[in-house]
Amino acid sequence: MTDDTPARRPTEGALARRRRGRNIAMLVVLLGISALFYAIAMVKMAQHGMGG
Amino acid sequence: MDQGTAGLLAAGGGDEASPLMLAGATHLDLSSAGDWFALLKPRVVALVVFTGLVGLLVAPGHLNPVLGFTAVLCIAVAAGAAGALNMWYERDIDALMRRTANRPIPAGRIAPAQALGFGLTLAAGSVVVMGLTVNLFAAAILALSIGFYVGIYTVWLKRRTPQNIVIGGAAGAFPPLIGWAAVTGRLDLLPLLMFAIIFFWTPPHFWSLALWAHGDYARAGVPMLPVVAGPRATRRHVFLYTLVLAPLSVLPWPLHLAGPVYGLAAAALGAGFVAGAWQVLRDRQDADGRSLTRDAPARMLFRYSLLYLAVLFAALAADRLIG
Repeated sequence: MTDDTPARRPTEGALARRRRGRNIAMLVVLLGISALFYAIAMVKMAQHGMGG
Repeated sequence: MDQGTAGLLAAGGGDEASPLMLAGATHLDLSSAGDWFALLKPRVVALVVFTGLVGLLVAPGHLNPVLGFTAVLCIAVAAGAAGALNMWYERDIDALMRRTANRPIPAGRIAPAQALGFGLTLAAGSVVVMGLTVNLFAAAILALSIGFYVGIYTVWLKRRTPQNIVIGGAAGAFPPLIGWAAVTGRLDLLPLLMFAIIFFWTPPHFWSLALWAHGDYARAGVPMLPVVAGPRATRRHVFLYTLVLAPLSVLPWPLHLAGPVYGLAAAALGAGFVAGAWQVLRDRQDADGRSLTRDAPARMLFRYSLLYLAVLFAALAADRLIG
């Protein structure tokens, strides 16, 4: 197998798909963390009698 | 030559360009989201999350569901972080073993420094979030479990002693303690027994695997028991640890820490484990102790051990929820 073997050199399209996949995964993780921290803040405020 | 270079050359086949060399030369990021997920050792995380969740469910008291979810998430992320740090440290031997050669680091899809940063960030993040949102005691045990798995098991013991997984097995036994501590803020006898059950389950589980995968470990120079002491001694060890595990797992019942649902399940599961370990001990073998059945009983016991732990802990949770 040499450097030119297609299996060892991903195509532009394959690299773009992987980058897109990483970006979507990062978006999902960040949205999840934001929602979790919001929920935690609500619970903590309720526990400390600041829920209004 | 450092560990990483040696591993990458081995993975890349010497003088031909590995994907990482290609990446290094052109600054391409070859990783997919799945590679980063694989770095977390998701199958290990699943078992860790399950035992941690059971620790949380059987603990007396109440924890807000959002905080309970956060605690379990922190346990999962910490376990994944420990897995990533383990893969970062073991990238040289992973490249030498068939079972692990295609992991993201030895295969060159993720650079070692990226994996190290990923693991450290997740480890620190999980401990800080646990401390700020649940309690400091649970966070301290969580930090201890990461340190134990990475520092004691991966760095210190794994390459030095055939007893590596006996002591290192403690790292996998922490989750029920963390789950319990998340609810109660302290430790009691039941979580300590759950810790002991996983501790004594780990050697027969891993040595069953090592009996038929020892070629990989020998190639990588990892002193697993079958490599150092031979298969016959390993089968004896598997059986002896199972003889300790079976009665230990029933103990919460006579101590009134669990009811008959758990006690009867533990007794039946333990009897099955002892029977499987006996089959491993009596496996047909040649004069050197090598299996003549391609280690069929050990393969069976490895699969059974996974089922054993899952059903045992599920029975404990069911017993507590019913009772």
